[in-house]
Amino acid sequence: MIIRQLSVFLENRAGRLTELTGILADNGISISAFSIADTTDFGILRAVVSKPELAEQVLKERGFAVKITDVIGIVMPNKPGALHHALQILTDNGISIEYMYAFASAEASATAVIRTDTPKKAIEVLELHEMELLKAE
Amino acid sequence: MIWNEHHECMDRQKLAELQGERLRDMVERVYFNVPFYRTKLQEMGIEPGDIRSIDDLKTLPFTTKQDLRDNYPFGLFAVPQHDVVRLHASSGTTGKSTVVGYTHNDIMMWSEVVARSLSMAGITRNDIIQVAYGYGLFTGGLGVHYGAEKIGASVIPISGGNTKKQLQLLEDFGSTAIACTPSYAAYLGEAIVEEKLDRSKLKLRAGIFGAEPWTEEMRTQIQQLLGLKAYDIYGLSEVIGPGVSMECACQRGMHIFEDHFIPEIIDPETCEVLPYGTLGELVFTTVTKEAMPLLRYRTRDLTRLHAEICDCGRTLVRMEKCVGRSDDMLIIRGVNVFPSQVESVLLEMSETKPHYLLVVDRENNLDTLEIQVEVEEQFFSDEVKELEGLRKRISGNLTSLLGLHASVRLVEPGTIERSMGKAQRVVDKRKLK
Repeated sequence: MIIRQLSVFLENRAGRLTELTGILADNGISISAFSIADTTDFGILRAVVSKPELAEQVLKERGFAVKITDVIGIVMPNKPGALHHALQILTDNGISIEYMYAFASAEASATAVIRTDTPKKAIEVLELHEMELLKAE
Repeated sequence: MIWNEHHECMDRQKLAELQGERLRDMVERVYFNVPFYRTKLQEMGIEPGDIRSIDDLKTLPFTTKQDLRDNYPFGLFAVPQHDVVRLHASSGTTGKSTVVGYTHNDIMMWSEVVARSLSMAGITRNDIIQVAYGYGLFTGGLGVHYGAEKIGASVIPISGGNTKKQLQLLEDFGSTAIACTPSYAAYLGEAIVEEKLDRSKLKLRAGIFGAEPWTEEMRTQIQQLLGLKAYDIYGLSEVIGPGVSMECACQRGMHIFEDHFIPEIIDPETCEVLPYGTLGELVFTTVTKEAMPLLRYRTRDLTRLHAEICDCGRTLVRMEKCVGRSDDMLIIRGVNVFPSQVESVLLEMSETKPHYLLVVDRENNLDTLEIQVEVEEQFFSDEVKELEGLRKRISGNLTSLLGLHASVRLVEPGTIERSMGKAQRVVDKRKLK
């Protein structure tokens, strides 16, 4: 299924990220996956959080440029070749990846969060290959 | 050395008479040839015959940059197009640059005032002068060029930029004088140090620097780096270009060539004429210019005039270095920049809103311009390539309009301060005062 990812524009300045995590903490929002794309002047934070709509609202109220982006999450065993297998399915079906980030959890599984232009098609082909997908909370 | 002793050392009473005659002639020319001025004068109930002496100058209407824009491109010309032999233009908001025209006589007059200027820096036919001002629509390059040729100096029309070539010609041709912006002069000086050139091989002795504000500290630094005496030249294309005024060897202000350009200092708020020695806005009336004569043109430059006779023997008034502007124009690397130009670019692009801040700084003696633009909620993409693309599009559009490289920094929405009154659009970190 489609995961609603939180995307936030961040200027490269000291303390800005801490401010953001503080706002999420104060609102009881937990972060399950997180990455930052950085350039010289700015960064883009991407996170899978427990309450994306609430996160969007409270961050907007505090002046952040926020956007909800549709992504998919693939859950796979934390072992060699697993990510390759998943990506191969996408490649074979002509699905290109805009960006991705991954995290491994304690239960010997790993999750890759993937942004593609065609999330629905990606879900279809992954399900066809019996891949496990991350569910939204 | 004084190029034109007759006019530069004229008795001030005689000068006033000459100015009066020329003003009378000029008012007649604009009244009969420029509809814009005729209407203005008629509205004020002034006829050419009413102008009897220089004292009547204060009754005449002002001209502003906006008037030039409103009459774009040739509306203020006082001669038919076939008498115009040259056009120059400065950058302006979209499609509305400030256009100036010259007749053959105007070019002769311009060459004359530049010849006087260069003579103040001691330049003669025995000099080799490297003209490193930009050639083109900008008046700097060609203006200095013609004046230097009139003197009979050997002119190297190298134009701006291309630092390696500049250094090579300084060394190989043995240039004795150079004309460029002060910031470029300092940049060249540092390049000499960096390239480890032997400065004793250079023959430079005079530098003619202008087109942007600079300080006494910069003068000292440039003189040290280039081993020359640095002179300040002032001018603006609306009046003629470089050569409106120039420093003599005494360096106690810039002598204005008053037989051609009559200066006044006014209070920018009330437009009242202020006495010598008072700080105010500089205004020029171009009494001899044929193609585009301007009545009381408001330069927006703030300065003072001094009429005490200079030790050099010239009787021409001296203007101090300009201390600022009575509008929001910035001069960055010799290019005139108005914050409103940035605003017009942002408004034209569908992806931005006009929340911006210009940050001007000086790094390694070259002015830098950074424009901070807020990332609007609706245009925020979480893909780096999209945001980088947006940044480059803004930068490209600004650079092409301003004629000056502008780097763009995307900032978070709401971070550029909004004030209730006049928005703070500019942070100028250059220390020029």
